[in-house]
Amino acid sequence: MSAGRRHDCVGCGVRNSFAKRVLCPITQCRKRTMKKLLTGNEAIARGAWEAAVGVAAGYPGTPSTEILENISKSYGSDVYCEWAPNEKVAFEVAAGAALAGARAMTTMKHVGLNVAADPLMTLAYIGVVGGFVAVVADDPGMNSSQNEQDTRRFAKFAKVPVIEPSDSEEAREAMRMAFDISEKYQTPVILRSTTTVSHSRSVVRLEDRIALDRKVSFQKAPPRFVPIPAWARPMRIRLEKRLEDLQEAACVSPLNRIEWNDRRLGIVTSGIAYQYVKEVFPDASILKLGWAFPFPDRLINEFANGVREVLVVEELEDFLEEHIRALGISCEGKTWSEGKLVPKTGELNVDVLTEVRNKLYKAIPPKSVSIPLPDGSEQQEGAPPVLNSDAVRETANAGTCPDLPVIPPRPPVLCPGCPHRGIFFALGRFDVVVTGDIGCYSLGVLPPLNRMDTTLCMGGGISMSHGMTVAGNDKRVVGVVGDSTFFHSGITGLIDIAYNKGKSVIVVLDNRTTAMTGHQDNPGTGRTIMGEETKEISIADIGRAVGIRQIYEVQPRKVNETIAVLKRALASDEPVLIISKTPCPLASHESLGLPLHVNKDKCKRCGLCLKLGCPGIEKDEDGVHVNTLLCASCKLCQQICPAHAFEEGRYEIKEPGSIDPAVVVAEKRAEGTT
Amino acid sequence: MINDKQSAETKSVVLVGVGGQGILLASTIIAQTALASGFDVKTNEIHGMAQRGGSVVAQIRFGEKVYSPLVPLRTATVLVSLERMEGLRYIDYLAPDGLAVISDQKIVPITASSGQTPYPDLNQQKMRKWFPRLIYVSAIEKAEELGNTKAANTILLGALSNRLPFDTEAWETAIHRCVKPKFVEVNRRAFFIGRQLT
Repeated sequence: MSAGRRHDCVGCGVRNSFAKRVLCPITQCRKRTMKKLLTGNEAIARGAWEAAVGVAAGYPGTPSTEILENISKSYGSDVYCEWAPNEKVAFEVAAGAALAGARAMTTMKHVGLNVAADPLMTLAYIGVVGGFVAVVADDPGMNSSQNEQDTRRFAKFAKVPVIEPSDSEEAREAMRMAFDISEKYQTPVILRSTTTVSHSRSVVRLEDRIALDRKVSFQKAPPRFVPIPAWARPMRIRLEKRLEDLQEAACVSPLNRIEWNDRRLGIVTSGIAYQYVKEVFPDASILKLGWAFPFPDRLINEFANGVREVLVVEELEDFLEEHIRALGISCEGKTWSEGKLVPKTGELNVDVLTEVRNKLYKAIPPKSVSIPLPDGSEQQEGAPPVLNSDAVRETANAGTCPDLPVIPPRPPVLCPGCPHRGIFFALGRFDVVVTGDIGCYSLGVLPPLNRMDTTLCMGGGISMSHGMTVAGNDKRVVGVVGDSTFFHSGITGLIDIAYNKGKSVIVVLDNRTTAMTGHQDNPGTGRTIMGEETKEISIADIGRAVGIRQIYEVQPRKVNETIAVLKRALASDEPVLIISKTPCPLASHESLGLPLHVNKDKCKRCGLCLKLGCPGIEKDEDGVHVNTLLCASCKLCQQICPAHAFEEGRYEIKEPGSIDPAVVVAEKRAEGTT
Repeated sequence: MINDKQSAETKSVVLVGVGGQGILLASTIIAQTALASGFDVKTNEIHGMAQRGGSVVAQIRFGEKVYSPLVPLRTATVLVSLERMEGLRYIDYLAPDGLAVISDQKIVPITASSGQTPYPDLNQQKMRKWFPRLIYVSAIEKAEELGNTKAANTILLGALSNRLPFDTEAWETAIHRCVKPKFVEVNRRAFFIGRQLT
């Protein structure tokens, strides 16, 4: 090792062995070439800030959540940020800001746009003054979602432009361009990301925030901003005219480009699929549509006329393909003369496209009839459309190791110490139907808890319990909802139950945070996204205000009390609101104590503790033991064990106030419990 | 222009483990080291829905020009598993001549505890059958000797570091940048313990 520490450029990371931590003068980092490895979401946040966004509002939802978090964390001094109670509210907050002339944005996941669909459809008519961008992140493959709808269809339905970056740098640039397009054409713009774009990191060049010299001042103009029928009709006509203008702009935008290469195969692609295409079809010509709607027809025709075969590769719906066929261009894609080609479901990747390429090779040669190439080059009759197959791997053979043991699945589970485990265990004691909701607690459906019966959408757990009850279901129905989802759209369901004399039992799993998306604040936490203290809105007060008379608050880690409250609630013939209130330990960082351990002499091996589905309780050939690295000491197991075998550990604390797993492991080994 | 040779040269590392084991930090360190060494870099993390206890995969790709952030099957130069069994779950990512770095830490999933499927009986000798090039590390035990079990991941990074084209200084700089100042020294020591294993 060298004497004295040497440093790389702080900005671009170029290795330059500086004596101090500095920006390198060679590449002029200070000015324009700050290179950083950012996730797509971080890059979208950066691009929005560079574009001088003034207001950003959203609702958490994987994979979109980190966009707003990053804006508030990194650029909070320049941008007003807020978590709204739901996506509709967030959309409207941003719309208001944009009508007053500020640049504004809203962030949400694909299903969030369903909630915000109402303002979207009409804001398209009204148009905006300051730039307005709705960032919507789709989740192909449903990594953390209940469906995999394609937001591009929504953009077409709403008649607004949709922009689709394929990596982080494009995401940053696309954000800047989206604001410019929005302002120039006075239209809301949708920037569509997908899970892999949002969550993967790639290299981004940072630029400065543009100077936006403008006063935020709403200019009164009722015929422009108020869509009463008389004024909405001309708006409708303007909307169609605007689409024509946007279509022309899309044809010349740098977001859409043709990469000419071997003209025997031309691939039309967009979003993350572009990256896979570049890897699997390195020789093909490519039409990359970063701004797919309004469709740049002229560009599409130019491309199709310049290649012999057209293949469309896009994730999820056949959005581009359908239109390209409608233009009268024959192409392959999701619909294929020979059967299935590019899948319509799930995420694409290099392996999937390698299979597509192999199928195409087999099928296309006999079909390649004499279409003269426009560049006048020789046409090779019957030759495969893509050469250099050596450069691309053969489709991988999965399961090449025949002797592999059966590997037990490791499904997502409620974390050790999760307060939801207590309430689901208690619900398991009753013969009821549980209508659930969207959140960590959706995991309550899995074995061994098995204590959720339906999930539809946010807030749906409450309203559906009422529907089942009024339909005369033979069993009592318990509606389960989270704290954030209660504020999102559960309140209206509760009003419905109170107003229409329902008798559902509603349990709000109030863990004092929006946990599943990574612990965002919500109206019940008493804190804003900017980290400021605020009014802590009480769920019980809302229940009282809408007319619920029986309201209980339980601590779900106290098993017997929780069961008793549920029993009383289920015996009632009027609606009951139970607030199961305990902070998520991952958010509160609260230590509940030291890990427990199993006293082997007492354990009767009845297996009841395993019904908790706690990852901290492990069972192998030696019997049940506690994984001290995981145990959060919630003591549910201690309460339900009939043999009282779970005991509190005796630990030597090396550092006061800390539970260093090292100490715990040391003790574990000393006791010989593993 | 597209250069097939460069595209073919893209190298991949896959890190797998259980939510809560600190895969993210290990992945960040590798990515920063690659970036500082002058490569184009892309990474991706796939979280299950759970914060703790679910299966987690992180992927890092680097080269002259990287397109897909996702690692194609049977192409990973190195597969790192922070848990004994998880490496087998993702064995299809590893290239035929790839290196597996596996921690012997055992975290029994609830599907095994509940008796659905038993946790397979695994040891170094058996693992060698599936991973001809294997570094099997008692990472927790070694980290414990250093006084911080959280440094276990860095021991594994040290063990794989010889297989990747980055020099020691780049690794050290990345550790310095990515780890909280208080833990830099212990992680640096952990890195060199791992590096000596190969």
